Amino acid sequence: MINSLLQPHAFPGRLIIVEGIDGSGKSTQIRLVQRWLESMKYNVFFTEWNSADLVKKTTKKGKKNRSLTPTTFSLLHATDFAHRLVSNILPPLKAGMIVLADRYVFTAFARDVVRGCDREWVRKVYSFAPKPDIAFYFRVPIETSVQRIMMARQVLKDFEAGMDLNLHPDPVESFKIFQGRILDEYDRMSKEAGFVVMDAIASIAEQQRLVRQVVLDRLTAYNRNPRIA
Amino acid sequence: MSQLQFFGNGLPYVKTSDYPGVLISIEGTDGVGRTTQMIMLREWLEVQGYGVVETGWTRSPLIGRTIAEAKQGRSLNRFTYSLLYAADFADRLEKEILPALRSGFVVLSDRYVFTAFARDVVRGCDRDWTRDLFGFAPIPQLVLYLKIDVPTLIRRAISRGMVDFFEAGMDMNLGDDPYDSFKQYQTLLTREYNNMAREFNFHLLNARMKPERIHERIRTIVSDFFAQRKFHNWQVPDDVEPASKPTSKKIAAAAASQAASVRSSTPNP
Repeated sequence: MINSLLQPHAFPGRLIIVEGIDGSGKSTQIRLVQRWLESMKYNVFFTEWNSADLVKKTTKKGKKNRSLTPTTFSLLHATDFAHRLVSNILPPLKAGMIVLADRYVFTAFARDVVRGCDREWVRKVYSFAPKPDIAFYFRVPIETSVQRIMMARQVLKDFEAGMDLNLHPDPVESFKIFQGRILDEYDRMSKEAGFVVMDAIASIAEQQRLVRQVVLDRLTAYNRNPRIA
Repeated sequence: MSQLQFFGNGLPYVKTSDYPGVLISIEGTDGVGRTTQMIMLREWLEVQGYGVVETGWTRSPLIGRTIAEAKQGRSLNRFTYSLLYAADFADRLEKEILPALRSGFVVLSDRYVFTAFARDVVRGCDRDWTRDLFGFAPIPQLVLYLKIDVPTLIRRAISRGMVDFFEAGMDMNLGDDPYDSFKQYQTLLTREYNNMAREFNFHLLNARMKPERIHERIRTIVSDFFAQRKFHNWQVPDDVEPASKPTSKKIAAAAASQAASVRSSTPNP
């Protein structure tokens, strides 16, 4: 079958996504890109992972009573993503806008595999998703990510720490093991996903400068007022 | 032989051996008589002392309601439709089907992933994508396919007053005439089922026959399979001397107690 993740999409819009573990600073960076593009009067649409509510109740219930298996967890998130793709991401792409996505299918590739799903299977499940024009990966050491999260919120959510996987009774230690494995998965798919790897320890401004450079380079062929179907 | 075979790579975190049970699915479109055959087959198996667990399509406690709600709200697209059914199936597979097979039950599935294969293709999903999606599903040892022609199905649906059947496929915009829409939808579904029948070696059953005759045919198919698989209504553990084979009295007693315990321990879905 045609795996749309493997070849450039034909939509007049552009899809820019960011990936990275919690505390990598990716959300800060994509928000700054949004400000910048909007200041230049581009038509921008922002979307983030897990914001549709089609299956929210089910996932919440499942997480609470721990009745989700790796496979049901994966499929419910895929459902959510498919809903968001069709109703939020594809329309602006078809309309010629720039879509900024905080996390994309690679989040699922990393997380679901760490939770025990088959690597090849997860990729097939998401094979209907369009390939991003730019995929930034913000690479950060676990220690830095933990420090940043503790500073901001002080509490680690159970699922971010992978507490349900019984890796370690202490949430911080569990988080380190779990996110460490996710980091490994990201590194592993870096080439396949065509990641632009960013050093996420650098200052926010320095990272943003590099990000904007990449965006400018890749937007040269983009027509902000394309003829649309 | 108790090794599970999968459509794809299976579930990496679940072991694939030691499933002494048997998985049987009954397939066929709506109104073809699946429920009747499920009831008769279950009774026949239980009388012989086999433990039976039934499972259906869209019945999982986790997701069943979400599907019902989403359908009502018409907020499903072809991907979310398939994915929700896959999530529902995965839930039932891991919580009901695999544990039952592990304990040596006969699992009777009223519809199985073939239903998704057929529906998804009719709804415009890529055939390979749907099959890859269900790559974690074990292949049933027996698929009993109640085959019917569309004209007979239509007349049956009408004479039984099954108006709601005509809602099937109405969301696909095959036209605003319920008759035409139903006919077209069922024709497409039947074509997919017939293709799969060849591909996956379904046992064909002519659904125009009387239910009792269909049941007779099913008995033959199931008995032959059990004999060939050496699947008996008493389980001889591997470490027991073959010499201590149960006598017929013992078998009857064991069968009776097993059937009784199954009835009391199996909740009705």
